Amino acid sequence: MTVLCFGIARDIVGQSKLTIDREGINSVEGLRHFLIETFPKFKEYTSFRIAVNQAFASEKDEVTNSDEIAIIPPVSGG
Amino acid sequence: MEDNKLNIKLTNDPLNLSECYRFVVEPSCGGINAFVGTVRQWNKGEEITHLDFESYEPMAIAELEKIAKKAKDQFNTQKICIHHRLGKVAITEIAVIITVSCKHRKAAFQACEFIIDQLKKDVPIWKKEFLSNGSYWVNARP
Repeated sequence: MTVLCFGIARDIVGQSKLTIDREGINSVEGLRHFLIETFPKFKEYTSFRIAVNQAFASEKDEVTNSDEIAIIPPVSGG
Repeated sequence: MEDNKLNIKLTNDPLNLSECYRFVVEPSCGGINAFVGTVRQWNKGEEITHLDFESYEPMAIAELEKIAKKAKDQFNTQKICIHHRLGKVAITEIAVIITVSCKHRKAAFQACEFIIDQLKKDVPIWKKEFLSNGSYWVNARP
């Protein structure tokens, strides 16, 4: 599973494309837990939403390896 | 929305207000409203040297299209143009331009405000502020 990282999420993860090779992550919620556990700085620095296929996803949404997944930290355009 | 009614652009080049104005000119409209967001020198008492914008481009465009569609449905806009700058942007330079044309002025004002408010809430664009002694992602502090 590949996860795109932007803004502060990229700084926390240390790369713009994170590859996760792990069984059992099949929902947005599961992915969020994995990310917070793996990168505890998320807790300290920022909240984030998760996008699946270029749209905001809700916690119960499914994720599969073929989806385009992205971590969306608080936006600040304009 | 049809292509000739909506113009969205994310670009590393300087933005052009007259281009955004010209796009929304429309014979049926008596009101055109423009919002121009510029880079200010001071934020919360700290002096900014410049900003750097990045975006998740395909999703940013998809979100802007959704916002424009809502604005059209809610305020009966005729044409909408949204241009956002990316990359390094200097003090006083333009970060964003929104222009909207409507039959009457009130709807144009409201639609323009609605679009910039939604953009700031939901469009995946991030701003990094650079100060003389460091830099940080805006809104990322908990």
